[in-house]
Amino acid sequence: MLGIFFQQAVNALTIGSIYALIALGYTMVYGVLRMINFAHGEMFMLGAYAAFLVLALLAGDAHAAGPLTLVAAFVIAVVAVGGIGVLIERFAYKPLRNSTRLAPMLSSLGASLALVAGMQILAGPQPVAFPSFFPSVTYNVMGGTVTSVQIGILVAAFVLMYGLTLLVNRSRIGVIVRAVSESRQTARLLGINVDFAISMVFFTGALLGAAGGILYASYYGIMSPTMGAVVGLKAFTAAILGGIGSIPGAVLGAFILAFVEVAGTALLPLLTGGLLGTEYRDVLAFAILILVLLVRPAGILGEPVSEESMVYKREF
Amino acid sequence: MPTDAPSLRAAARASRPIALLVLALIVALVLVTPFLPNYYIRVANSLLIYVLLGIGLNIVIGYAGLLDLGFVAFYAVGAYSYALLASSQLGLHLPLVAILPIAVSLGVLAGVLLGIPVLKLRGDYLAIVTLGFGEIIRILINNLGAVTGGPKGVARLDKASIGGLDIARPAEIYWLLVVVVVVTGLLVWRLERSILGKAWAAIREDQDAARGIGINTTNAKLAAFATSAAIGSIAGVIFAASQRFVSPESFSLQESVLIVLMIVIGGIGNILGIVAGAAILILLPEVLREFAEWRVLFLGILMIVLIIARPAGLVPRSIGPEKLIRGLFGK
Repeated sequence: MLGIFFQQAVNALTIGSIYALIALGYTMVYGVLRMINFAHGEMFMLGAYAAFLVLALLAGDAHAAGPLTLVAAFVIAVVAVGGIGVLIERFAYKPLRNSTRLAPMLSSLGASLALVAGMQILAGPQPVAFPSFFPSVTYNVMGGTVTSVQIGILVAAFVLMYGLTLLVNRSRIGVIVRAVSESRQTARLLGINVDFAISMVFFTGALLGAAGGILYASYYGIMSPTMGAVVGLKAFTAAILGGIGSIPGAVLGAFILAFVEVAGTALLPLLTGGLLGTEYRDVLAFAILILVLLVRPAGILGEPVSEESMVYKREF
Repeated sequence: MPTDAPSLRAAARASRPIALLVLALIVALVLVTPFLPNYYIRVANSLLIYVLLGIGLNIVIGYAGLLDLGFVAFYAVGAYSYALLASSQLGLHLPLVAILPIAVSLGVLAGVLLGIPVLKLRGDYLAIVTLGFGEIIRILINNLGAVTGGPKGVARLDKASIGGLDIARPAEIYWLLVVVVVVTGLLVWRLERSILGKAWAAIREDQDAARGIGINTTNAKLAAFATSAAIGSIAGVIFAASQRFVSPESFSLQESVLIVLMIVIGGIGNILGIVAGAAILILLPEVLREFAEWRVLFLGILMIVLIIARPAGLVPRSIGPEKLIRGLFGK
């Protein structure tokens, strides 16, 4: 019993840390631009495909790459997708910066549609087997099993999240980004390059999303052009749950969502005597979201609706 | 912009020939369509269904300023009402006229069910909760296999008929849709100019001020959700009656997004804009059908380009039906 519990907890932590990596991208873009970036789920998908492409180029066969090649492919892929994130912002969102709030959101939907369709044309619509980025060894801990892939994902995700915390709180870039998210006008008056700050946000956001995509694809051993849609929606829900705009909120929301999902998958058929199966997992996730928002309309760690955020409400 | 009455009349007189021409063109188009080959009538039908959906969703987004990303749920409620009540699925074979009020009541119920929990929410939070609501409805339809047929959907729906008149062939559906769209369009247009419509506009512009001058924002918002849901479910009923087959695939998130996009590209808060937006987003994929797999890519890029080129939509609020009518009757 304890073993099962432990194993489910590790499963939830693994999925949660992947959701968290993606949710961070949503929340950072929202924090700075007050915009929901629907194309962010596609960064997740692009990450997996980019890593696969780099592996195939470096090692010839993506499924037979050595550890060094894997690390190189990971780094090259996430940086490349970060660059793509910046380019998309430059062409699809920047021209709309002084427009209504609905416009960039719908533009990002267009970008999302185009990216999925583009990948379907380039790589075909069928799912592709993805090589694991970690050696697969199974450990028995307290009667449950934990794989090295899960440990690898947890370590990688936490290193990336810690890196982001350092970047935001300790670096010059972090100061600039925080200033811009506080007030774009004031930041500009103080001589801060607002465009650079926004580019940095999109770069780091897309980079983390791509990392999440690579980890997710190695966990399940498969990737497809549409993989970003469902997971992206989940990560977005996590960001809202935690309070969009808040970085710790995104991580907290991701873990809560993952635990609810794993517990739901395990307990729903048991509690209802098989009446409600695991397919209701997503219903549970959205139901939790609605319930939390009823009590805290701005999410768990979100700021309550303030004077400043009310200024925006008239814009569509 | 002329503001005093005489120059307004002069401006109206000047635009009268144009307005007459536009009206004549529309009437000619409407009259000619049912004599075209079936393929074109089917495209016209799908266009009209989307116009109807656009008119419904526009009440919430365009008039009341609430971003709803789960509109497709109401469309699904209507479609499944018809699918379950007019097929052998439940053994009931009710006529269309009996199903319509049931579907509308269920739609209104769903609208209020969604409306009550989201009354406190604004902007993006509202968007995600409505999105979640739409997904919940879709997952339920997908999994309540015993009732809804699950992912396979419900097939072999009854032919619709009104008073012994069959409505099954594309041309017959077309006339039904033309009547429904015109009647709904006129009613909604009157509604926008009514006290309720003014309350919606007040909420859209400044919710707190609206509450301050004594508007019951709760009721007004619920009314917006309910009317829009009712129109959405009517569209669903007609959709099911024309396809005579429904499956959860038709009610995905993309569908909701497409309708929002139609409104935004066409021009928020403006029925003429909805027609323009629907025309672009529904007809263009048909025109691009030869480029099958490139179609969605083109559509995605076109969406970005259109939004950047015309952030306020193709037909701005100022060129609403009022202008057309003023041009026609000169007042």
